[in-house]
Amino acid sequence: MAIWFARSRNITHFLRTKISPFEIIVNQRCSNYSFFHANSSFKTMAGESYSRKVTELCMDKSSAAILAFRRPESAIAGGQIEAVPYTTDDDEDDENQAMEFPGGKVGFTLEMNFISESPGKRIPCYRVLDDDGYPLAGSRFEQVDEETAVRMYKSMVTLQIMDTIFYEAQRQGRISFYLTSMGEEAINIATAAALTSDDIIVPQYREPGILLWRGFTLEEFANQLFGTKKDIGKGRQMPIHYGSNEHNYFTVSSPLATQLPQAAGIAYSLKMDNKEACVVAFTGDGATSEGDFHAGMNFAAVMDAPVMFICRNNGWAISTPTSEQFRSDGVVVKGQAYGIRSIRVDGNDTLAVYSAIRAAREMIIREQKPILVEALTYRVGHHSTSDDSTKYRPLNEIEHWKTARSPLAIFRKWVQRNGWWTDKEEIELRGSIRKQVLDAIQAAEKTEKCSLEDMFTDVYDRLPSNLQEQEKSLRETVKRHKQDFPTDVPV
Amino acid sequence: MGSSSLLKRIGRLSVISSSCLESSGIIIDGKSGRGSLLRGLSTAATEQELRILQQQNKSSSSLNLFSAINQALHIALDTDPRAYVFGEDVGFGGVFRCTTGLADRFGKRRVFNTPLCEQGIVGFAIGLAAMGNRAIAEIQFADYIFPAFDQIVNEAAKFRYRSGNQFNCGGLTIRAPYGAVGHGGHYHSQSPEAFFCHVPGIKVVIPRSPQQAKGLLLSCIRDPNPVVFFEPKWLYRLAVEEVPEKDYMLPLSEAEVIREGSDITLVGWGAQLSVMEQACVEAEKDGISCELIDLKTLIPWDKETVEASVNKTGRLLVSHEAPITGGFGAEISASIVERCFLRLEAPVTRVCGLDTPFPLVFEPFYLPTKNKILDAIKSTVKY
Ligand SMILES: Cc1ncc(C[n+]2csc(CCOP(=O)(O)OP(=O)(O)O)c2C)c(N)n1
Ligand SMILES: [Mg+2]
Repeated sequence: MAIWFARSRNITHFLRTKISPFEIIVNQRCSNYSFFHANSSFKTMAGESYSRKVTELCMDKSSAAILAFRRPESAIAGGQIEAVPYTTDDDEDDENQAMEFPGGKVGFTLEMNFISESPGKRIPCYRVLDDDGYPLAGSRFEQVDEETAVRMYKSMVTLQIMDTIFYEAQRQGRISFYLTSMGEEAINIATAAALTSDDIIVPQYREPGILLWRGFTLEEFANQLFGTKKDIGKGRQMPIHYGSNEHNYFTVSSPLATQLPQAAGIAYSLKMDNKEACVVAFTGDGATSEGDFHAGMNFAAVMDAPVMFICRNNGWAISTPTSEQFRSDGVVVKGQAYGIRSIRVDGNDTLAVYSAIRAAREMIIREQKPILVEALTYRVGHHSTSDDSTKYRPLNEIEHWKTARSPLAIFRKWVQRNGWWTDKEEIELRGSIRKQVLDAIQAAEKTEKCSLEDMFTDVYDRLPSNLQEQEKSLRETVKRHKQDFPTDVPV
Repeated sequence: MGSSSLLKRIGRLSVISSSCLESSGIIIDGKSGRGSLLRGLSTAATEQELRILQQQNKSSSSLNLFSAINQALHIALDTDPRAYVFGEDVGFGGVFRCTTGLADRFGKRRVFNTPLCEQGIVGFAIGLAAMGNRAIAEIQFADYIFPAFDQIVNEAAKFRYRSGNQFNCGGLTIRAPYGAVGHGGHYHSQSPEAFFCHVPGIKVVIPRSPQQAKGLLLSCIRDPNPVVFFEPKWLYRLAVEEVPEKDYMLPLSEAEVIREGSDITLVGWGAQLSVMEQACVEAEKDGISCELIDLKTLIPWDKETVEASVNKTGRLLVSHEAPITGGFGAEISASIVERCFLRLEAPVTRVCGLDTPFPLVFEPFYLPTKNKILDAIKSTVKY
């Protein structure tokens, strides 16, 4: 045990100077254990300094092994990787002056020190591209090949156009409600691209891009929004409450944060079944205030559940800014208190999100432990079609994020500079997606709703007698008062 | 109903509101109305209330329901320096605009946004109330009150009793918009009142109109017991009524006969009353005289008024949007059968929401519509 402490201390010292959790990834990558993406590599603009760091870290092979070791039984975890954060500046003293308590040894001190309420410096956010789409000097990221990069960009454009047109359709009264992902296209698409289709998505609601990436069609989106008989959710939920078993995407539920402890349970099942997959659960910044956020994080940590919590910190929960949501340094710092490794990333930087999610996924599956990702971004749209956000935030703030910090614009510059995309292709793509979305709307508008029996099915696995009775009586009512009921629901 | 002249009869298809904010959202738009069931509201001021109004020498104004709530909150904060209003997005006026202008007038220390956490909102409110303050907490939607269920059921409701009356959180009032709006689906439509009616120690109050909302809310805020106050969000904009500008309170636990009749008693609350009233009007054309009662306070409820009415009419119909099984209609039905068994000429009828989650596209089928009620009135009278 003492050896672990000593060795882990080395890492801690290193980490303390370098801060970025990124180094942990590097550390793992040079261990002897095989990784999923065996050929994945980090590109660096400053090659030498990268390799120097690698050597430095790799000297401590056994620690790397601890980090990478897959432990199905977690009971003995106590003093291993978890020991890393426990080391303090006065380690030497601590070892001499330790006391036994339930939960392990704790050093004591004669100083009456209160821990500060927040870290002195804000945790920096991992970034690859600058706002002009140039890789920052020294940036390291997971290389993306042309095909993937172009597909990612196209999906981001599709998501944006889909949002624009569906939003407009709501304004015209053709659907009852809509909510866009504008400004958060990178989080949506880069996350999707960094995962495999076996990874299970537990959404909040502003993540339809993952479905899109996985092959959910524009027609399927439209059918949900219009509540047609082709909606796989059978028209029962409000627009944007998508869900698709086929795409490993659990159905959206409005009550916030309820999905987070569920995600830990889903992940625990993957773990017990020895699956090479993880759960990816989303939360907004606002939803982190819910009790279920705490429950989800704590369960995931204690159960060593292979789940990635991604917080889309877009600055707002309807009209409430994050300054009125929580104190200290946002969401990323909560991870450590729960015993969950965490990283903060620039959510508008497609390459940063992609690299961080890839790395996090590998660690989660290899180590069978949760990770928390805080993606800093901005909700460019109104909260939903029921909201007018100019009532509570300045227009120029919205405009800045819509233009200068647009994830699409930044990524496009990078893709285009690589010679993978042209203005002509852009125009063609936009035209064709626009047409596809409009076609999907037209078709959905003409499609009738689910038939009346679908109102009663699925409450339970089969119809209990009270519902049989109610269905029968309802049908009689409908016969008597046809004019009271919509004609597009077959009776 | 001499009062109806004071009212603007409003159809539910008439309003388009773009500022009617919400998260997963409620816009009362023409699209959703589906053209069938009309939610006009004419079940409003009583004769007595009218008299009060007239005495006021026209110091009243035509207000919709959310403005009436807003006025009550202004008065509550103005008349008691120890009153507070808070909840999610309350600072900028709330997603239904009920708290508009309060933060500007009374300051951010008394009117404020809370973190997004219902158990926190209610727990905090209980603590505040326990120190002798009036804590007026908003839950953004009744559908989202459940994270706070433990705080309400196990804490607020038992605070006084468990301490032998050493402590109480009587200054607590929880406001939450409830009920259907035409397109709210599962989580923006529910009527969860029955869950709370099963809890001794709290009161549950539901107003039917702007004037009622103001007077009842002020009573709830000033009542020395914790109260859950459900606001019919369908009526926030649709119901418009003359509302006295002054500070007034309407009594809790007193039901009101809002339409007199002799053949059958109808009992309801909140937005459902306007649907029931339309059924009463239709029934009258067929020569059936209906008595309509607004229960207003669901617990502790005014059995006597309902009992007296049923003893007169010999028949009872209860209607609510919540699912029929285990709904508060069951309690009313059982109590009245106990008390009026020999006077009843037909079984008590319930016309309620069905036993499914609240379904988006099937909403018109799910709801207890005017014609469902009318059919039930006729078959009960014919029984
Ligand atoms: C339990 C619960 N309370 C309140 C709401 C209403 N509501 C819907 S979205 C929202 C804000 C969520 O903000 P955030 O988590 O930051 O996500 P974002 O919308 O910014 O993506 C609120 C208060 C809800 N859906 N569920
Ligand atoms: Mg947010």
